[in-house]
Amino acid sequence: MRKVVKYVIIDILRSKMILGYTLLLFLMSYSVFSLEDNVAKGLLTLLNLELFIIPLVSIIFSTIYIYNSSEFIELLVSQPLKRKSIWLSLFTGLSTSLVVAFLIGCGLPIIFFEPTLTGVIMILTGSLLSVIFVTIALFVSVFMRDKTKGTGMAIFIWLYFAIMFDGFVLFLLFQFSDYPLEKPLMAIGFLNPIDMSRILILLRLDVSALMGYTGAVFRNFFGAPAGISIAMLSLIIWIAAPLYFSLNVFKKKDL
Amino acid sequence: MPQIGRYPDNMTIRQIIKMMKDIRKTENINLDEELIQKFDLPAILDKRMRTLSGGTRQKVSASLAFLFSPDVLILDEPTAGLDPVSSEILKEKIIKEKTSGKLIIITSHVLSELDDLITQIVYMHEGKVKFHKEISALQKETGEEKLSKSIAKIMLQNHS
Repeated sequence: MRKVVKYVIIDILRSKMILGYTLLLFLMSYSVFSLEDNVAKGLLTLLNLELFIIPLVSIIFSTIYIYNSSEFIELLVSQPLKRKSIWLSLFTGLSTSLVVAFLIGCGLPIIFFEPTLTGVIMILTGSLLSVIFVTIALFVSVFMRDKTKGTGMAIFIWLYFAIMFDGFVLFLLFQFSDYPLEKPLMAIGFLNPIDMSRILILLRLDVSALMGYTGAVFRNFFGAPAGISIAMLSLIIWIAAPLYFSLNVFKKKDL
Repeated sequence: MPQIGRYPDNMTIRQIIKMMKDIRKTENINLDEELIQKFDLPAILDKRMRTLSGGTRQKVSASLAFLFSPDVLILDEPTAGLDPVSSEILKEKIIKEKTSGKLIIITSHVLSELDDLITQIVYMHEGKVKFHKEISALQKETGEEKLSKSIAKIMLQNHS
């Protein structure tokens, strides 16, 4: 399996897109920190950019990669390798390269400007978020045979998590404003990894004004330390579940 | 060996062969590079897979199939797209491996090319096995030397 991972990573690096992504992240975080004289404010700006860009790049890049390497996957399947290890190698290769890109692009500037626990948690969530959207991409591409449909689906999923989800939550809030919605709303928060990451960082930064409704409820319910660990746990489930389902489908898939 | 080999577009032949060797951990198995040499692949090792013609792809597939000298080989239309010279090389190789005791399954609709290769025949039509015979028994039954003619004869008998 280690060898297959090696070839996947070599293949990914060859496309140069990942290098561009690293550079973009680096320029972005470096300029954000240089522009703001208050580091906490810089961190917030960066957070909002991160929550937008990382999922987008992770999901689109991974989906396109899986579709483009269909021949490569076929070649591997015809060798005496377990399908499980092929799929996990693809997952490991993709997430390693995306996480490393994030660590170099955003991690280095954050460590440099904000070497505190907040900075570390921010780096951790960024990495988790990259991996989560890799697994979602795997999930999409294993179900859709057609490349165009699959890529469209990936973009739609990103749109849903990044933008539309908030709209739905607000809609629910207004429709059922006569009822006590705090707890159901908190449960809904678990359904969106981007929301979870935002809450996680904001709990740590303690800027309740920016936490949004879900975040405030979350804080009241769990308190900051327990809230952070529960949010972290939910992110890990967001990695494990799509990976598990896509693996099961891939094992039986007719290539 | 597939009828149409599909390979990563931007890898060279050298990289593919190296990767296959690497993945299959072949320290204790003898590598059979005879076909690579005979097909003259060393001359084009640095060409990328997407630039190759169907025939050359087929040569790569065949070389890879025989490379690890497995006990069972399954070849799907092995000579499709190959030029006459390479096709003869491949046939010789198949005969050689057969006589050294390997099980080789060939699917083909070009019966004439199977004449010297096979010992048993399984004839399938629309997903159903029509018959499964030793080739010598088939020749005796129909009185024909050529495989294509004997099959044609049997099919005619079945229809009438």
